[in-house]
Amino acid sequence: MSAITLQDLDISYGDTKVVHGVNLDIAEGESFALVGESGSGKSTILRAIAGLAPDWTGKIAVLGQARTHRIERSVARQVQMVFQDPYGSLHPRKTIDEVLSEPLVINGIGDRGDRVEKMLTAVGLDHRFRFRFPHQLSGGQRQRVAIARALMLEPKVLLLDEPTSALDVSVQAEILNLLKRLRKEQGLTYLLVTHNLPVVSFLCDRLAVMRHGRIVEVADVGLLKQGQLREDYSRELLAATPG
Amino acid sequence: MSTRNWLLADSPASRFQANAGRFYRVVTALMRNPLSLLGGLIVLVLIITAIFAPWIAPYSPTGQSLTQRLLPPSGEHWMGTDELGRDIYSRVIWGSQITLTIVALVALISAPLGLLVGAIAGYFGGWVDRILMGFTDIFLSMPKLILALAFVAALGPGINNAIIAIAITSWPAYARIARAETMTIRNAEFISAVRLSGAGPIRVIVQHILPLCTSSMIIRVTLDMAGVILTAAGLGFIGLGAQPPLPEWGAMISRGRTFILDQWWVATMPGFAIIIVSLGFCFLGDGLRDVLDPKSEGK
Amino acid sequence: MSPLLKVENLRVSFPTHTGRVEVVKGISFELGRERLGIVGESGSGKSMTGRSILKLIRKPGLVTADRMEFDGVDLTRQSERQMRDIRGARISMVMQDPKFSLNPVMTVGEQIAEALVTHEKLPRREVNERIYAMLEAVRIHDPKRVAGLYPHEVSGGMGQRIMIAMMLIPEPELLIADEPTSALDVSVQAQVLDIIDNLVTQKGMGLILISHDLSLVSRYCDRILVMNSGTVVEECAAGQLEQASHPYTRGLLAAMPVIDETRDELPVLDRTQWAGT
Repeated sequence: MSAITLQDLDISYGDTKVVHGVNLDIAEGESFALVGESGSGKSTILRAIAGLAPDWTGKIAVLGQARTHRIERSVARQVQMVFQDPYGSLHPRKTIDEVLSEPLVINGIGDRGDRVEKMLTAVGLDHRFRFRFPHQLSGGQRQRVAIARALMLEPKVLLLDEPTSALDVSVQAEILNLLKRLRKEQGLTYLLVTHNLPVVSFLCDRLAVMRHGRIVEVADVGLLKQGQLREDYSRELLAATPG
Repeated sequence: MSTRNWLLADSPASRFQANAGRFYRVVTALMRNPLSLLGGLIVLVLIITAIFAPWIAPYSPTGQSLTQRLLPPSGEHWMGTDELGRDIYSRVIWGSQITLTIVALVALISAPLGLLVGAIAGYFGGWVDRILMGFTDIFLSMPKLILALAFVAALGPGINNAIIAIAITSWPAYARIARAETMTIRNAEFISAVRLSGAGPIRVIVQHILPLCTSSMIIRVTLDMAGVILTAAGLGFIGLGAQPPLPEWGAMISRGRTFILDQWWVATMPGFAIIIVSLGFCFLGDGLRDVLDPKSEGK
Repeated sequence: MSPLLKVENLRVSFPTHTGRVEVVKGISFELGRERLGIVGESGSGKSMTGRSILKLIRKPGLVTADRMEFDGVDLTRQSERQMRDIRGARISMVMQDPKFSLNPVMTVGEQIAEALVTHEKLPRREVNERIYAMLEAVRIHDPKRVAGLYPHEVSGGMGQRIMIAMMLIPEPELLIADEPTSALDVSVQAQVLDIIDNLVTQKGMGLILISHDLSLVSRYCDRILVMNSGTVVEECAAGQLEQASHPYTRGLLAAMPVIDETRDELPVLDRTQWAGT
């Protein structure tokens, strides 16, 4: 089954159209990357799929179900999002325990203490972090909490908006490993937005290159690894990547 | 484990411990600032005086004794007596109850009201925002004392109506603050995240946005206390606030006007009380502003 | 040839509620008219090092050094007034995000002019000529028009180039660039770094390039200092980065994913080996 299907998707912010006619099909269990520079519209697509950018036309379907323009609890249990900035994605006045329990409370799921403890272990966080506040955690630890929170409702699809861009290299490696492991363990589908091509090589199966709101190329990561992207713009991006 | 260690523990074992620790850190930071410590003490003294007035005051506040009128401060009457022979010191002490009641009730009515109106307007935007803010602006555009006067004149004099009148003029400023804060916060990613979990607007506003507005609200309310006290005193001065024989400080100053040249203590003593208490709230509010500043959040 | 900058036992500390914490723990290095890269992760002390050279760290931060000499001038003994004469005129600094380092209420031209006339008294026409020449040097090809724009009207890459123009117009001898391209898009990064590189070489300046990006630094510098937790763990020539010996550097190199990635898992730094956070 297709995990995410986008058909003729146009997204606007106010009067400006930022995404034009996007068509994409992401299979279940796949790890797909949207690559591009700032202003390419990649994050906007993610937000539209999540329900945070309601001004779109076309069709968005998640796990076979066409979605509406609002956030709905049924969709929330199927697709969740990890945000870019570990410093902005956690409420500064809530303990980690509260942050992780809240999705369960909202959706009426019991057994909260147990689930929180299990999730902390799954993302590699020690239990002594459970009642700390976000400012007492490092960037990498906060991002682990963000991933844990996204997984609390056991979604099948995870949207990741530049999850490691704000992190140090060594911490990025840890988070990338964690993401890879979780996907294997839980059979998740990833839609990853990034401007960092080596991360795509490590984490993804396929990628789409975006520019000015349009898809320029869709390719297998194998081609990326061999440096054999077809379109000129894609090759430009590749060339600009150091190392 | 000592209490202090429990409060400052690196890894709290429960939500209660975590929040208690945060509160403790705020209080200790506050106590490090000498001015805010002074302000806190003054407010504390006000509260204690108000609670224990019946036991602290040496004389009855309303007991008249026409042979003892207009006596200067002495060993027997620390602040002298007024034109009806009542001990001014006792009246000032009993008056603290009135002051505290006014201050507390105004805060309790106006702050939550303003917070809610502002947060709802800020969160929903659009026509909800425009209607609510238009309503707020109407109140904001009128001078506070005049509006309070008008209300009291319409509702009739008395301490309850004075409280309502002052509260009605205070809430618009809080609504504006709450709206501005909400508009900043609502774009934060942690708000998007909780909305994605399926949270409705009520939960988002009440549990996520309002807690972040409380710091600035507490600071603003504390600083406004001085103004509230002065407005209440002003109303009392004109005779529209607390009615005689209640020992409200403003009313006492008013009655002491006629004797101010020869028996200065009748008007000045309650005046000192007002100044000291207002200053106390100002110092405390300033100290709170330094401590609760979001930039030093969590230090 | 005597070195441009000589730093010995530089220490920077800040008070916290648990006592004084040292963020730079006694580092020493020398810089000639060459390009030196200081690489480290957040908390390594690299930015603090850059700022302490320009004495930009205020109380309650404390900066001490056995020696901090710039071209024979003892920086530790300079008063604030004397430092003001040095900043901009002899040592300049380019920072990360032009959104925050450019004054939003002054036009581009006005800001660059200010940088120039603070140190040199020049007639108006000559000032304008110098400004346009400098904008051309940073590859802004419509200098007259751009000089009349406000910072919010230019893109990030252009803003950073304007910043560079502003910092280099008084012709300093040393440029400190603190993460100059981290806020920019990938395609623009190379452009900006090329400009810095060219200007530095042309004018025979010294360059300290501070970054978290090892590959970037190895491309644009002659020598590299790797910092971790306030100390320098490795010093090597840029071309010899692959032969780096310290486990932290090797760990950092290995932890970065590459385009032709084949590993199932990225090697992770074992932080217990050195005092990290």
